[in-house]
Amino acid sequence: MADKINRRDFVRKVVEGTASAVMLTVCGPMRSLANASEEAATEPSAPAYDATQHYYGMGVQIDRCIGCGKCADACKSENNVPREPFYFRTWVERYVIDAEREVHVDSPGGGLHGFSPPAAEEDILRSFFVPKLCNHCDHPPCVQVCPVGATFKTQDGVVLVDQDYCVGCRYCIQACPYGARYLHPEKHAADKCTFCYQRITKGMLPACVEVCPTQTRVFGEINGISSPLHRLMKMEEIQVLKPELNTEPKVLYTKLDGEVR
Amino acid sequence: MQAHFAELAALVGQISGFIYPNEIELQWSILIVIYPYLTGLVAGAFILASLEKVFNVKELQPTYRLALLCALSFLIVAPMPLQAHLGHPERSLEMLMTPNPNSAMAMFGFVYLWYLLLVLLLEIWFDFRADMVRWSQQSRGLKKFFYSALALGTTDISDEAVAFDHKAVYTITLVGIPSAFILHGYVGFIFGSIKANPWWSSVLIPIVFLFSAIVSGIAMILLIYYISSLIRGQQPKMPCMDKLASFLLYALILDFSLESLDFIHRLYESEESIHILSELIVSKLFLSLTIVQIMLGTILPLLMLAFGRYSRLPAELKRIIYVISAMLIQVGIFSTRWNVVIGGQLFSKSLRGLTAYKLEMGGQEGLLAAIGFLILPFLIFLLLIKILPPWEDEKETVPAAIEA
Repeated sequence: MADKINRRDFVRKVVEGTASAVMLTVCGPMRSLANASEEAATEPSAPAYDATQHYYGMGVQIDRCIGCGKCADACKSENNVPREPFYFRTWVERYVIDAEREVHVDSPGGGLHGFSPPAAEEDILRSFFVPKLCNHCDHPPCVQVCPVGATFKTQDGVVLVDQDYCVGCRYCIQACPYGARYLHPEKHAADKCTFCYQRITKGMLPACVEVCPTQTRVFGEINGISSPLHRLMKMEEIQVLKPELNTEPKVLYTKLDGEVR
Repeated sequence: MQAHFAELAALVGQISGFIYPNEIELQWSILIVIYPYLTGLVAGAFILASLEKVFNVKELQPTYRLALLCALSFLIVAPMPLQAHLGHPERSLEMLMTPNPNSAMAMFGFVYLWYLLLVLLLEIWFDFRADMVRWSQQSRGLKKFFYSALALGTTDISDEAVAFDHKAVYTITLVGIPSAFILHGYVGFIFGSIKANPWWSSVLIPIVFLFSAIVSGIAMILLIYYISSLIRGQQPKMPCMDKLASFLLYALILDFSLESLDFIHRLYESEESIHILSELIVSKLFLSLTIVQIMLGTILPLLMLAFGRYSRLPAELKRIIYVISAMLIQVGIFSTRWNVVIGGQLFSKSLRGLTAYKLEMGGQEGLLAAIGFLILPFLIFLLLIKILPPWEDEKETVPAAIEA
């Protein structure tokens, strides 16, 4: 009968089963190890970055900024920005509105070394710091004007410059309403904030966000429901710089004063 | 590099108010002032030439060929300051190979090539073809070959062939007028379309550029016609001088009206930027805008031309008035370009402060280089009139300069 198994068959099946189990246990990991080393030889060890799965922005909470300038300093170190005070990917401005409603703005050395106290504190109506950087506009005028397409918007929403392609005409610098670009004095190509693209594509935070002692800057996904940036956008009132120019910035400010330009 | 940083550090002291820290370095130097000045002369000279051909203004006949060769000389030099100004000049051809179709600047190469190859060179070739054939036939050796090559090997100078040349010139001029408008209107659009800059961002800028181009072109041809006549020991023809002065006056009135409209419009609308722009005009641009561009470069020559044209002065005196007016206009138009290009970079986009521009003497973007780019077109012009003499009275004689 078909369902009757004799003893010899039974023993044989048990032995075969045990042998294949042993083989699988020993050889399986060996094979996957071999595969892994093959993969390591052909691809970088970092997990593949898929730009289509991200859409980045940055929140800046103005009432948190203490004007220490650590962000601007960290940016220069991380991105090899020339140390001279004429080149900035990010900087901090101080606004002092006096009792006569006169507005005084300064950013000595980009605010890199902090600020000296204003002359007469009792005459101040209100005062605050504004960190500035490339706004990574959704509708970037710099990208529009670049004659060779060297500056472009990536799928993850970051505006980048291909410095090996840039002709150095500086039209993008003229077209940026925020003064966020400069001509790199050594590379002779346009340079600007990249949200530390070399870091964010590895899952790290931009250097300025990383070092900020007051968590003024919130970096993350604009579209991700559970992201800290999304939470900020949900809880706070959001403003952008120069909205009338229709550049649609992705640097989003909270408590932005109307005097800030 | 260190010298450059020292220059920038020295500029910090000249800042008034607040500017973004990246704005200390002024991006577009005097070389970019020269570019719209030269293309303006090209467009203006061509439009003047077309008056004679298409609108049949007989009095301007002596200036027709001068204007064409002058336009070509300036057009050859026009892209040079741009090229010299690039951070990576070796990559400039990428603008033609991989242009960004959304970029106003990327179209420059195409507009330029269209104008150079399809309008100017073609028109000059058809206009001079019969002469080149004749010059080739009348000479020997290398010179014969040279003119034969310039005529692209053509030999037919029958009435029929010459009639075709005339027809071709007429057609090209018809295409050329809108092309000249596009060439310089386009240069204006490069500035006028920058919404980040309230000094530039104006729909009137391309039109103002165009009319100031016509003004500068006519003034330049007037000067060249006058000087070349003197050098050749001839009296400049008075009907021609009068006609040039008339057109110059009309163009100047139109140009001044448009610029005034732009000015009044800004003042009346009084937008956010008006405070800083007013400050700019009364401080950094006072000399170059109020004094040189408006007073010396526009109002004074306007009055002088009107007086010279419609008064009963002796011809000699009239000519001198025209020539001085034309010189003042050249200075005025150069100031116009300066005030647009440099002026547009002297205030911060924060609208809270003014910055400074220090013109260097030497170096790639210095005054000497700029003067070089301004002299070069005249050297090319001298060469061109040796090869292709534009004088009506010498049409039959072989150019003496090209001796083999």
